[in-house]
Amino acid sequence: MTAPRETPAWRRLFGPATLFLLPALLFLGVFLAYPALYSVVRSLFDASGSQFVGLGNYTRMFTDDRTLVAIRNTGIWVLVAPALVTGLGLVFAVLTERVRWATAFRVLLFMPMAISLFASGIIFRLVYDENPDRGVVNAAVVTVHDVFASPSEYPGARPRGDELAEDTALGGFTTTRAYTVGEAAALPLVGIRPSEMPEQAAPAAVPDAAEGTIEGVVWLDIALGGEPGTVDDGENGMPRMTIEALKDGQVAATTTSGDDGRFTLTGLDQGEYEIHLTADNFTAPFRGLTWLGPTLVTPVIISSWVWIMTGFAITFIAAGLAAIPRDALEAARVDGATEWQVFRKITIPLLGPLLLVVFVTLMINVLKIFDLVFVIAPGSVQADASVVALRMWQVSFGAGGNQGLGSALVVLLLVLVLPIMYFNIRRFRRERS
Amino acid sequence: MAGAWTEIGSVDGTAYGVYLKVANKSLVWYNDDLFAETGAVPPETWEDFVGLSEDLADVGIPPLSIAGADGWVLTDWFENVYLQTAGPEMYDKLAAHEIPWTDPSVEVALETLAEVWGQEQLMLGGGDGSLQTDFPTSVVNVYSDDPDAAMVVGADFIGGVVTASTNADVGGVAQVFPFPHVGGEGEAVVVAGDAAVAMTDGEATMELLRFLATEEAAREWAAIGGFVSPNRNLTADDYADPVLGQVAEQIVLAGDSVRFDLSDLQPAAFGATVGDGMWQTLQDFLADPSDVEGTMERLEDEAARAHGE
Repeated sequence: MTAPRETPAWRRLFGPATLFLLPALLFLGVFLAYPALYSVVRSLFDASGSQFVGLGNYTRMFTDDRTLVAIRNTGIWVLVAPALVTGLGLVFAVLTERVRWATAFRVLLFMPMAISLFASGIIFRLVYDENPDRGVVNAAVVTVHDVFASPSEYPGARPRGDELAEDTALGGFTTTRAYTVGEAAALPLVGIRPSEMPEQAAPAAVPDAAEGTIEGVVWLDIALGGEPGTVDDGENGMPRMTIEALKDGQVAATTTSGDDGRFTLTGLDQGEYEIHLTADNFTAPFRGLTWLGPTLVTPVIISSWVWIMTGFAITFIAAGLAAIPRDALEAARVDGATEWQVFRKITIPLLGPLLLVVFVTLMINVLKIFDLVFVIAPGSVQADASVVALRMWQVSFGAGGNQGLGSALVVLLLVLVLPIMYFNIRRFRRERS
Repeated sequence: MAGAWTEIGSVDGTAYGVYLKVANKSLVWYNDDLFAETGAVPPETWEDFVGLSEDLADVGIPPLSIAGADGWVLTDWFENVYLQTAGPEMYDKLAAHEIPWTDPSVEVALETLAEVWGQEQLMLGGGDGSLQTDFPTSVVNVYSDDPDAAMVVGADFIGGVVTASTNADVGGVAQVFPFPHVGGEGEAVVVAGDAAVAMTDGEATMELLRFLATEEAAREWAAIGGFVSPNRNLTADDYADPVLGQVAEQIVLAGDSVRFDLSDLQPAAFGATVGDGMWQTLQDFLADPSDVEGTMERLEDEAARAHGE
């Protein structure tokens, strides 16, 4: 008997198995391994690609302000967005599970997924437009606000000349000098379009001084060809202005101007008083929030991503819910568990692995977020809203083509994805065993 | 055509292209209805311009709509002011980065800009509101049926936006005046343009270029509209559209003081990138026009890096 012949080493290496694997290996090598490795190598060279700079690009990456902002923002995204979407997805999936029109609800919530991120971005840029005439969010905010606080009569009005000055302590405007009781005051204001004056406004007139009171007039001093600081023909008084007499910062008398802008401060002891036009005459109309300004832009973009991705989470989680054994839930209910207990102690543990998959998928998705930020942030705040992927594109292709620094940013993204990948692979292994 | 145009179309003294269609970037577009309502007249000098703006603000009309969300709008403002305050020679030096951005001439230009950018009531929405406004919106703000502002600074192509996005008509409600003179430097215009470039020096190619550069060819096109020629033999009457005629005349009058858009002459990282370089720095300056010193330093830092120094 001869011992079974051993396969020669060369046949084991270049045997049929290897031959069959070769095409796949080639593809993986050319399209995945090589670009990844080359990015690492490229990140060690300067912009032109000819000068070896070692870790220079990495040092620059972590010292450049705009890149640091991008890294910080990516951090915020990763911490907030996937958790929010997974949570919302779970809530919606459970809530819609036993509704009669569950499928209709889910289709509705899934619909944003069918729109490209770019198009959604354009929509959200409009939704959050600062101008309440265009942006629906600010339109709503302003409407609600104006229900509780009516807009003032003269927003944006300001004094002309030196008669009045801004009052830093009380707001509004206060005269720069004190008036003695028995004197008359003429207080010119500008900054209001004549067509936007209250309808009852009548031509202004300087009142005569009177014993025991301070007489005065507040008027819109803007007649064409008129002289600044004097009441000219065609200049109207400003009705319904709240006016106070101040002594040592204390209000001594209050009055309201008439249709011709005239007012009389009465009940004053002899002495000198400053005249104060209260701030609520001039409160600028509430125009909503600057959603797309430097402070709010990242939360706003995250909210639109949540709008888009929640449908994705719902679909997966709803499928998972359907697969949960009914008898476990029924048993719990029979044993007297409340719905909340069923949710906490049965549904969530059974869904656990699935929630993790959804969460991790979203996390990878968030790390490469690019188009939403690019579209929604106005040019002036793009630097404040930037994320690593956007910065990478800008540095390598948008601005001057520094692909060395760009590659360093790609490597950073790769490093950030690696732990998630490792985690995923370990989980796959565990599931198989 | 003035000699400056031949220079723009040349590299190291060799002419490669003929500029035949040009854009005038030194214009202020205004709403004639609002001007008529307030009795305002187009200003000639920067002082008058600032004064007019203040007067308009006094009567409750925000004078300027500025598209601060688009960085190039702000670089156009800067270029116009710098070309006027520093003059064409300094402009060329700054464009080539032969003088640093910390040069006193830049300080003068930024301080001049701050006379407008530093006064919240002169800009629709103030500085912050401007930074949220993109270019098409800034034009609509001035020419919508219920206009929010009286003037928008920008190139002749604003006319196209007016026609496409509003009910106003160019030459009617939409009128222009040249960017106001700052100091006594005289006419100077920031331009951009389209050049016809010869790829070969064949006889027919040369003949075509020669023809395109003639007065005859320019007059033909000007009469149809949508075209501004740098040819100095054309007069405003040759243009179908009176506004374009005015625009062309201003370019011809400027003679050798036309200068190509400075930011377009910079490396892209400095002159044409969202969130970087000139665009971002001038946006930061619009947000805080008191920081002239810091703005110059940042401009110089970024310029030096982009020019690879």
